[in-house]
Amino acid sequence: MTTVALRRDNLLALTRDYGVYAALVVLVIINLIITPNFLAADNLRTQAVQVVPVLIVALGMALVIGTEGIDLSVGSVMAVSAAILPLYLGYGAFPAILLCLLAGAVAGLLSGTLVAVVGVQPIVATLALLVGGRGLALVISDGQLKDIFNPTILALGDGSVAGIPYTVLVAVVLVALVALLVGKTTFGRQLVAIGGNRRAAEFAALPVKRVLLVVYVLSGLLAAIAGILGTARLTASDPSKLGELIELSAITAVVVGGTPLSGGRVRVIGTVGGALLMQLITATLIKNDVPVSVSQMVQAAIIVAAVLLQRRAAR
Amino acid sequence: MTMTESFVDTSAATGARPSRGATLAALAQRHGALVVLVILLVAGGIAFDTFLTFYNLGNLAVQASFLAVVTLGMTLVIVSGGIDLSVGSVYALAGVLAAYASQWGLVPALLLPLAVSAVIGLAQGVLIGRFGMAPFIVTLGGLLFARGLLQFITDEGASTYLMPGDSPVRWLGSGKVLGIGVPVLIVVLLFLVGGFVLQRTRYGMRLFALGGNEDSSALMGIPVVRTKVLTYVLSGLGAGLAGILAAAQLGSGVTVVGVGLELNAIAAVVIGGTVLTGGRGGVTGTLAGVALLYVIQDLINQSGSVNANMQQVVSGGVLIVVVVVQTVLSRVRRGQSR
Amino acid sequence: MTEPVLEALGVEKRFAGVRALAGVDLTVRPGEVHALVGENGAGKSTLIKVLTGVYQPDAGELRYQGAPVRFAGPPDAQAAGIATVYQEVALVGSMSVASNLFLGREPRRFGMIDFPAMRKSAAKLLAELGIDVDPARELRTLGLGVQQMIAVARALHSDARVVIMDEPTSSLEPREVDTLLALVRTLAERDVAVVYVSHRMDELYRVCDVVTVLRDGAVVHTGPLAELDRVRLIATMLGRDIAEVRREGSTAFSGEHETEDEPVLAAHELRRSTVLDGVDLEVRPGEVVGLGGLLGSGRSETVQALAGLQRLDSGAVEVNGQPVRPGSAAAAIRAGIVLVPEDRKVEGLVPNLSVRENIVLAALPRLSRLGVVSRAKQDAVVRTFMERLQIKASSPDQRVSELSGGNQQKVMLARWLAMSPKVLLLDEPTRGIDVGVKAQVQQLVDELADQGLGIVMVSSDLEELVEGADRVVVLRDGKSISQLRGDEVSVDAVLAEIAADAAEEVGS
Repeated sequence: MTTVALRRDNLLALTRDYGVYAALVVLVIINLIITPNFLAADNLRTQAVQVVPVLIVALGMALVIGTEGIDLSVGSVMAVSAAILPLYLGYGAFPAILLCLLAGAVAGLLSGTLVAVVGVQPIVATLALLVGGRGLALVISDGQLKDIFNPTILALGDGSVAGIPYTVLVAVVLVALVALLVGKTTFGRQLVAIGGNRRAAEFAALPVKRVLLVVYVLSGLLAAIAGILGTARLTASDPSKLGELIELSAITAVVVGGTPLSGGRVRVIGTVGGALLMQLITATLIKNDVPVSVSQMVQAAIIVAAVLLQRRAAR
Repeated sequence: MTMTESFVDTSAATGARPSRGATLAALAQRHGALVVLVILLVAGGIAFDTFLTFYNLGNLAVQASFLAVVTLGMTLVIVSGGIDLSVGSVYALAGVLAAYASQWGLVPALLLPLAVSAVIGLAQGVLIGRFGMAPFIVTLGGLLFARGLLQFITDEGASTYLMPGDSPVRWLGSGKVLGIGVPVLIVVLLFLVGGFVLQRTRYGMRLFALGGNEDSSALMGIPVVRTKVLTYVLSGLGAGLAGILAAAQLGSGVTVVGVGLELNAIAAVVIGGTVLTGGRGGVTGTLAGVALLYVIQDLINQSGSVNANMQQVVSGGVLIVVVVVQTVLSRVRRGQSR
Repeated sequence: MTEPVLEALGVEKRFAGVRALAGVDLTVRPGEVHALVGENGAGKSTLIKVLTGVYQPDAGELRYQGAPVRFAGPPDAQAAGIATVYQEVALVGSMSVASNLFLGREPRRFGMIDFPAMRKSAAKLLAELGIDVDPARELRTLGLGVQQMIAVARALHSDARVVIMDEPTSSLEPREVDTLLALVRTLAERDVAVVYVSHRMDELYRVCDVVTVLRDGAVVHTGPLAELDRVRLIATMLGRDIAEVRREGSTAFSGEHETEDEPVLAAHELRRSTVLDGVDLEVRPGEVVGLGGLLGSGRSETVQALAGLQRLDSGAVEVNGQPVRPGSAAAAIRAGIVLVPEDRKVEGLVPNLSVRENIVLAALPRLSRLGVVSRAKQDAVVRTFMERLQIKASSPDQRVSELSGGNQQKVMLARWLAMSPKVLLLDEPTRGIDVGVKAQVQQLVDELADQGLGIVMVSSDLEELVEGADRVVVLRDGKSISQLRGDEVSVDAVLAEIAADAAEEVGS
């Protein structure tokens, strides 16, 4: 009886930690059987390109969730970044990109200050930014969709090296950087400790406020990057639609990837797995003529199931 | 005072009475929205001739009534220490269902959407209450699910259901009694009942207890699961009813409405002085919060030139200011009581 | 003899195969105060949770008022008439005293809560029990002691036949304890049965009639408390010979250390609003200074202020004559002051991280280059301290939450020793850890002092304080009021100082 109980606990923990990879493998096998040309380079490239914005946003979200926080403002930050980009392309692609990144950092600094210094709950602080940010993006752009003609940005959107799109390369580099940050640096370990027990971190004289601030700034920066890449791929700046509900997809990817909402743990590669899994599920359903609406309901079921599983595994 | 009369020397054991600062802080928290609302009404009346008119305010009240109905349930949820992000989707879904069912008459047009809303609330309540999941994740799932269901029944948004012009349902949204819009009267009625329930019934006390300290509440024998389930059902019903009223006013169920409604609802509740951590708040403040959001919007419109999108920026800004003030105030109060 | 009101017959409970209760019998009669004692892990809390419906027994049965019962949960047990007063006040701080008393059974008229009636009965109930509090007051504005009284009043009001009290005095001051114990007697006089759990021997002897001793999940003794003197009770709890208990003393401290140098730590006139009101403290290298005083006298606040974890309104802290910037934990650590906090779980450990990560947590910046952590340096530190402190873990990668309390405390010590401190502040270093490891920790404190560390130790265990410290500084109301050194240091002397204060306070 005891061994059964133990085995069940282990199984839950294993499912939480590696379930996402197992599900990916199963899904790939299913696709190999039912989806024609699944392995074709074109299809793989499409899937990869589509997942990039969610993945990049999810990286920042994973860091924030690791501190027992949440960042609901990411979609709006993407929109602000998208709204700013066309305004400054006249000065060249790089100054405009820098300004977008700066905007993302400032947004992160704002929510970070509210959370770390003022002590507002993360969900509220970033909710305010979610409401205000989208409005700001619309004010900046006057609610207009603007086509992008800058060759550098357009190249960023559809160019590739050795068949690998630039956007995917950017995502890969960011994944590697965030993985290193979490696993190998003082900052990363402090981040995890703060999420695991904030008071203990304070007692151990960790720079709690600074770490929290930086985490939200990073999340803002990553959202801005996702905004730029998303705009580049669309070849148009669309502040009213870009990044809508992306906070949900990002949170789902993070949670499905095994990072607990209760903080104290960040699984970067798991997050990649989570983002890929959700992308693949949607793509598979749509390819097989299941309506978007149903795939949305499936996504809802998956996020609830993943969190339920986490709770069970945590006992 | 002699020892036989009192075991406890309360003067030493309990510290002084709450100081004036703490009392002021509590007052500001409870009635801040109302004060700001009055100031804005007066200022708006002075600045714009067309603002403080029966016509304008009546219109404004009808527009605000849909959000108000949603915020009533949201207030209960937030007082209990939870949050409901699904209300926007449920609102839209219920509107479409009401329009669809209105072909069979008034009762189906009310019952079908309310039943579906209640079931969604029930499912969320069970996941939150029985399985102890975080409300924000569960209702996020609810948001996606209800939106998906809505798209599904409207052929991915391609079909629009109209309410027959002579349908009695229409009266709920656009009728008037003594010159006052029916939705406004419904709001007044619901808030009276809601305030009564929250302040004068055992269920209301349980909500405050749950939001104040869930572990203690459970140990004191409060039926935690049942209370939570009921609360999310009520929130679902509120969102559903709001959706019905809005569809009745428009004359059709529109699939794209209600996106981001949950944010406005939360903002109104918080601005109204209900604390997001739960255990403290009331429906009167919420009503003031709703009114404040719409008055700000109207004043922006009245001033003409400014971009209509400023409304969202202002809402976000007001929300930031309010939560910062709330956080600081609650710190003042805690500081006083230690 | 009256009929029992609550009985446990052969109750068994297992968790993941580990037997927590092995056929426990317990008989509680109306009007008696029944002490339930045992070491940590003896099964007391499990038994209480079975009695209050939190757990269902795997075997055996509960009988309530003569009939077998099965409680599905705490509300079930409460409805039957078994109320519980918990160690932590289990009320809602944001609600009024009256609401807390009546939550779940508010008086109603026409379906509405009758608030005037509620306040009236609340006032009556409080007056009956001699608790002088305005029922309309928000609970959290009251002191913890009064809050606990309200919890008892609530239990009493629910017409409970049995009241179970699980260490109800652990966060109360002595004066509040007196009041609470008087309340317990009141309950007994009303023919309520009280099951009283406490680690404090003097409380048990003041208030209890009958005692049941648990060890390793089984009852090893039950009978009138008066028949068992303290030493015998302790011996029964520990399962040892009386002679052995007498000979060993209860702590593993050696006693004196040589100390003649200049102080390594000097604190002058530490003040902070209501909590600290002029604390002076000096610690020499190789010396253990005990901080004595009642709960709330400012002991924990003093060590937290020294460690930079509390801001100061005024006062100075010096290490080796150099001033330390107050209010900054980082500055304190740089100067060589570290604190092993009182509450390991809340203030110390990061539960889901490994033993390794918990040990190196504070030292991370020192074990890194350009912000990148060196695994080799980390491993070296972890290995050293796991060996030196004999930390029992399956590997450095084991989650710290899976260790025993004693080993967790050693992890905390390792974390701070890894910072090569000059001054070690210990807040209740042996609270909640089992006897064997307790002795190890005490020995370690001795060794560290011998190696030249300055040590400040806060302990509520007077024996530990007296045997461990070379000098005891007694605090009252946030102020250091006297100092005992050398031969003056004894349990009686410390008690006398504290008692003198108390007498003075009553006079003032």
